[in-house]
Amino acid sequence: MATLWNNYRYLILRRMTQIGLMVLYFGANAWGWTILMGNLSSSIFLDFVPMSDPYAALQMLAAGAVLATDLLIGVAVVTIFYLLIGGRAFCSWVCPVNLITDAAAMMRRVTGIDRIQGLKQPASRQMRYWILALSLIISFVMGITAFEFISPISMVHRGIVFGLGFGWAAMLIIFLFDLFVLKNGWCGHICPLGGFYSLVGKFSLIRVHHLEENCTLCMKCKVVCPESQVLHMVGKESLPVISGECTNCARCIEVCDDNALEFSTRNYINNKKTGE
Amino acid sequence: MSESRPENKKKKQPLSDRRKFILNMARGAGLATMGGFIWSAYVDEVTASPLTLRPPGALAENDFLKTCIKCGLCVEACPYDTLLLAKPGDNKPLGTPYFVPRDIPCYMCPDIPCVPVCPTGALDETSVSTDGVLDINVADMGLAVVDDNSCIAFWGIQCDACYRACPLLGEAITIEYEKNERTGKHAFMKPVVQTDVCTGCGMCEKACVTEKPAIFILPREVAEGKAGDYYIKGWDKEDEKRLENATAETTTTNLSKKSAMDSLNDGLEDLY
Repeated sequence: MATLWNNYRYLILRRMTQIGLMVLYFGANAWGWTILMGNLSSSIFLDFVPMSDPYAALQMLAAGAVLATDLLIGVAVVTIFYLLIGGRAFCSWVCPVNLITDAAAMMRRVTGIDRIQGLKQPASRQMRYWILALSLIISFVMGITAFEFISPISMVHRGIVFGLGFGWAAMLIIFLFDLFVLKNGWCGHICPLGGFYSLVGKFSLIRVHHLEENCTLCMKCKVVCPESQVLHMVGKESLPVISGECTNCARCIEVCDDNALEFSTRNYINNKKTGE
Repeated sequence: MSESRPENKKKKQPLSDRRKFILNMARGAGLATMGGFIWSAYVDEVTASPLTLRPPGALAENDFLKTCIKCGLCVEACPYDTLLLAKPGDNKPLGTPYFVPRDIPCYMCPDIPCVPVCPTGALDETSVSTDGVLDINVADMGLAVVDDNSCIAFWGIQCDACYRACPLLGEAITIEYEKNERTGKHAFMKPVVQTDVCTGCGMCEKACVTEKPAIFILPREVAEGKAGDYYIKGWDKEDEKRLENATAETTTTNLSKKSAMDSLNDGLEDLY
């Protein structure tokens, strides 16, 4: 039991956060709870603190909408929060799509689909930044929040809170895409919201650190990591994971049997050597 | 991204770095253009839904679509569950709030709970306020339209369901009396919508007794025509003000060189 907790503690906490947030949102709509109202696009915490999706606000700005004060405060709250705890912590700790794509990634590992396809991935992880830029261009040209009208993320969290409709089809598409087309396809290659939070996360404080002297080169961390390129230093150098693409999901920390990976805050002042 | 096939490697020199870079950039730009057009076309399609009724205080549809963040706080604030968020399959712009009056109309709460909660101003408090105080009676969600062919009051059957249901009783819907020539001794009591008063709440549509409502709400820009600058109520000082911004446009019609007979008979082939 202790090992179970030790090997899955962050995973369990993440699932509890993800599901718990959705329950709070659902309760607000269904039973009038006032703890957390709205959805992940914009919400009010405890009837007082506004929180808004900064990427959606950016699209609104590009589309030429007038940004209201409440929205700007909400954007500031969310941005500061993720600047502190790691940009893509949203992806692995909050976003409900993560449940779907993690399930697909697990299926790939269990069934061995990864192995039949060979190692070459047919797409670049840089794609999300192109899509991010494209969404802002389209928002500007068409005067509409381009990604918000097609976002499967919104379809899922809005669907959970306000009724799913055919949103289940979007969930299934993402699952099948990640399972059969591209490993970590949606979250790791396409999602512009993830791309946006990667950029925010470049500067964030909480980081996974690698201790090379403990590493036995088992590479379990790279197998479970949804963004394995960020662990390039494993077995080579003791460095923190600096890339904003790390989602702080902490699966690498759990699967490491040798304490070669751990959470730590990044030291902006003393650590010139790591290139921070 | 840039794998060349093994057989190519045998036959040809590998691509130079410069060429590879240029080709990769070109490929990226091409893919972005392609994706951009598909994306734009799709978004254009899914946001074109002229028959969507919005909550009170909503900005004009174009501005509303770019300002609404789709959080659903208005939906949660509505005590009557009138408002819905468009789901995939509803054929409305995804995630935006709307209502279907025949199912649940807007009950025009005096405190308008759905509007102040809006974090982005897509629901604009000032548009539903008079002298700085919230006033639901100036809301403009749509306009009631009567189909006098299916309205049984126009048949001569007595029904004033819509008139009674109207929250602006006697103002937004008035009854027009007219003699029923068919019976010779009865009156028609025809409902007439006063377009400048109607808020589009839809309580009339909900109350209508016919199988499919004979009075229904349409968005104002769908329901209303527009006279334009060529027609002015010369007897109305207010209406004459519209001419101040009118722009003059002189048109000339070329005189026909044909004989009058030919000219009159010209173009008749269209009729046959």
